[in-house]
This record gives sequence, C-alpha cells and structure tokens, in this order.
Amino acid sequence: MQKSLHIIPEKCTGCTQCEIACSMEHEGIFSSSKSRIRVFKFHDEGRFVPYTCTQCAEAWCQRACPTGAIDINARTGAKEVLATACVGCKVCTIACPFGTINYVPDSGKVAKCDLCGGDPACAKACPTGAILFIDAEATGFEKMRAWAAKTDTGASATA
Amino acid sequence: MIGLLKRVFGNNMGQAQEVTDTGSVAADAVYRYVVVGAGPAGVSVVENLRRNDAEGSILLLGDEPEPPYSRMAIPYLLVGKVGETGTHLRQQENHYQALGIQLRNARVTGIDAAARRVALSDGSGVQYEQLCLATGALPIRPPVPGLDQKRVHHCWTLKDARHIIELAHEGANVVLMGAGFIGCIILEALALRGVNLTVVEMGDRMVPRMLDPVAGTLLKHWCQERGVAVHTSTRITRVEPNPGNSEDTLLVDLDNGQQIPAHLVVVAAGVKSNLDYLQDAGLAVDQGILVNEFLRTSDPHIYAVGDVAQGPDFENGDRVVHAIQPTATDHGRIAALNMVGKPTPYRGSMQMNVLDTLGLISVSFGEWDGVPGGDQAVLQDQQGYRYMRLEFDGERLVGAQCVGRTNHVGVIRGLIEGRVALGPWKERLKKNPHLIMDAYLACAQR
Repeated sequence: MQKSLHIIPEKCTGCTQCEIACSMEHEGIFSSSKSRIRVFKFHDEGRFVPYTCTQCAEAWCQRACPTGAIDINARTGAKEVLATACVGCKVCTIACPFGTINYVPDSGKVAKCDLCGGDPACAKACPTGAILFIDAEATGFEKMRAWAAKTDTGASATA
Repeated sequence: MIGLLKRVFGNNMGQAQEVTDTGSVAADAVYRYVVVGAGPAGVSVVENLRRNDAEGSILLLGDEPEPPYSRMAIPYLLVGKVGETGTHLRQQENHYQALGIQLRNARVTGIDAAARRVALSDGSGVQYEQLCLATGALPIRPPVPGLDQKRVHHCWTLKDARHIIELAHEGANVVLMGAGFIGCIILEALALRGVNLTVVEMGDRMVPRMLDPVAGTLLKHWCQERGVAVHTSTRITRVEPNPGNSEDTLLVDLDNGQQIPAHLVVVAAGVKSNLDYLQDAGLAVDQGILVNEFLRTSDPHIYAVGDVAQGPDFENGDRVVHAIQPTATDHGRIAALNMVGKPTPYRGSMQMNVLDTLGLISVSFGEWDGVPGGDQAVLQDQQGYRYMRLEFDGERLVGAQCVGRTNHVGVIRGLIEGRVALGPWKERLKKNPHLIMDAYLACAQR
C-alpha cells in the first residue's frame, strides 16, 4: 500500500519542527529556509497550515521538465529530482500550480519533497500529529487532487 | 488496400515496414500515427500516444541528426554544466525503441492531405491515418546586411551551440543581437564563459515581451553592474568585415554611430512558427497552424502542437502561439488523447516564463501587463532588485511578474488557471503581493 503525507492544519501549532527536520534531513543544517515543507501562518485566525508537495498524479513538474530530470520512485510514488539531469532551468517551478518545487541557488538545481525515501522526517518530528504518513487511500488529500484536476489543462484527461 | 492495411497494422507494435506491391514499386510505409518534429512537443505526443494506444504504429520524424533534445538545455551546454547527452529529452538508452516508437531522421518537404501522405526530402514518403505536426519554430534572421558572414550564428540548434563554444573563448569580443527571452538566456551563458559581451536590443528595455519597463530596466542595470554592455532602443544597422584584424573579423554598426569589433555575433531576434513545408497542404494558417480546442487543424486527420500551433488562449479563447515548454508538453498530451479517439478539450495555454539573468531571477505569467478595467498590486525595491506586480480582473488574478523572488511562484499559475475567487485576499495582496501562497491556501484549499 502506497503511503502519502496527510496534513491536518487544525492540529498544527506552528512550531515549525517539521521545517527544521526537513532541512536537517536534506541539507544537514537546521534552517527553516531550506525546508521543503513550509508552515504558513494565519495569525489573524490563529491558524497554521503546513504545506508541501502532494506527489500529485498530474506531475506537472515532471511533464514540464525539458531534460527528463524528474522521475517517479516506483516504491514510494514520490516524484524525485535527479540531480545529475537537472540543469536548473526552473521551468518546473512555474509549471507546478501548487508552488511546491523550488529553485535552490546554492545547488543551481531545484528541490522538492521526496518523502525522504519512504520515512518522512517532517511526520516523525511533528509533536501534535498534524502531519501523518499513512495509506494514500485514507489521506483525504483527494481534495488536493480534485483541485489539481480542476486546474488541469485537459478537463477530462486521464492519461 | 484493406488487406494491405491489415498487414501493416497487425500486432507488430510500431514496426510498420516498407510494404511492396506485387514486387514492382516500393509503396510508402503506412503508420497509424506520424508525428513530424522531435522536440519536446513531438516527444510528448508520441509518448502519450503509446500510453493510450498500446498497438498502433508510431513514427516520429526529426530533421536533426541527434536524438531528440531540448533547445532549452543549450545554454547549460554552453557553460559546461551538461554535455550534449545532458540536453537529450530522455536520458534512458533505447527509450523510444522500448516504447515501440520508430524514430527516423528525415526532413518533411510537403504534405498531401488528400492522400494522407508526407513527402520526405530523400524523395520517399510515408502515409498516415493520423498526423501531428510538431515542427516547432525557426529563428528569425532580420533584414540587416552582413548577417550571412562567417562567425555570425543563431543559438538555436546543437550545431549552432558547437560553433558558439568554439568561438566564445574567454575575453572574446561578442555582440548579442536581441535581449528577448532567448537572448537573455544566451546572455547569461556567454557572460559565464567570460566573454566581453555587448547586447543590442531594439526595444526600450530587456525582455519587452515578458516584463514591464520597471522590471525590464532592473534587469538592464543588473547586467550593466556585472560588466555586460547593454544598449536598449538601439538597432544593429550592418555587420561589416573588419579587414586586418584576425581576432575580431567583424565590425558591428549601431544606429547611434558606434562601431563594435566582434569575434562572434549571436543573433537572437525572435522565432517564428516553422510553416515553410506547408505551402500545398491546404491547412488554415495564420502566425502558426490554426487549431481548435482539440488541437485539430482544418483537416480532420491532422493535428498541430507546440511552437508551430496557434491554439486557444486560456484567458480569452483567442488563437495564439505560445512558444514555451509547458504549452508544448500540454499540447502534446491533449493532442495524443484526441488522436487515439478520447475526445479531450484543451483549456487553453497561458504565457509563462522564468528567466535567470546572471543570478537575478524573473518570472511572468498570463496577462502580466493587465487587462482593460483591471487593477493591480505593485511592490518595488529597485536598490534591492526586487519587484512584484500582480494584475487582477475583478476578484481573480490574471497575470503577474516578479523579479528577485522564486519561492512558490508556481502557485501564481494555480491561482490564475484555477480561476480562484480571492474575496478579501485581493485587498491583502494589494497591500503585500508576496502573500500569494497564503492567498492560495486560504482561498483554494479550504
């Protein structure tokens, strides 16, 4: 059974430990600015929303890549950036309508959530259970996928 | 004829072979799908055809000798970030063969729509059931005297790139004609090679078709600060030989009276849809090949995609050529679905570009210059090289440009194409345009 990240904003306290864990896992430093998951803070409402790639079925980033540098990990289902093939052209960063693949000037390449190879550090770090890594079927992130389909350039495309 | 078709379309995945009639004349090979042009759009078509039709024979025709490659990767080849294989659209060996897609190096010289036949430059031809034209664009050579000399090159093909690599040595005097989108990408590559670079743009700013005067002028100052000479509102009137100078064999005349010695002149004066082979095809054309929302041309058996296609615009449904990578691959996917008999309308393309100019990154989307009756949000910090302008139509975002910001910019596409109603977030964005991701989360994901 493939798993995916399930985010419950109502449980998020805005502690940003997920961001710290992500940057440590991928970049070896504690720096929220290097994180591939970001907590957006709506202070007026006292609401916090952790947000990262949903590994969406449409794979906008993969389709837009001119050098075939985004691959699907057959085991985890994650869309992963192949550092050897990415030339840093950034087309994926404007093609992804979720804004979840970003350019990293230090490496000259793009980075996105890769589900940490199947054991996401953000979910492990979350102290309140706002980020779960559970069966994809149960995540209810169909909402996001539905939204992706709505913005799809081909309304009924199922390819 | 029916017997012949059965033989060709049997269960031989893509292996349609030359079929000879009674031993006299070699007949054309017949394919279920023929795709002309092996760039990103053509490759997207053939891959999606195979995904949706496991058996139909597929022929992909390309007129350059290399495996299908990405012109977008050429600047990274120029700076040595990748080798030539790094420009290939697909990195796996035998990618096309494994999918049962026949790849053939041939130039198309004409199309006989009545006979459903494509004529090739070697005198042979192939027949199709469904044809897709993905012949891309060609660089424009402006009517400036002297551009036919040695050491004057476009930067469009891998062959061009090899010439430029040979000539653009460190310290070489190089003149770049054009600071549009392609010109600016080449600008960065040339500057990184350490050449002494002069850029000449006839528009009043850099990338005039992607950025407004504020942003385009920011880019100009950024480049000038980094040692690139940028002339805007300036034309090259002539390229002359420079006798007696073995290094700088060219002399570039500007309309302001200046003359610049050059070892290499690179022409990036825009591109136009490649339509030359269509004279007798009888297809409706304008700037590009006109296609409907199914990406079908005026002939029911012929589709067109990518830079050569003039298809529906996302915002207003007008027919437009959007010569950009995301449109090419979207077109390819939608056309393939229609070609296999899964009717799929296309919602229309949107202009979007991202440009890295010596480390200053700019993006623009959609109606970046606004729509009649619309309003805008602007935030600028010229000293800090940061600029953001959002364009609204009612409570929708319809276009944007940013300079100096890259994080989460894709969400601008999501807001525009999702036709997201911004409600109170429009006013918040007008106060702080950087809150695009917050607006998206608040309005689209609740």
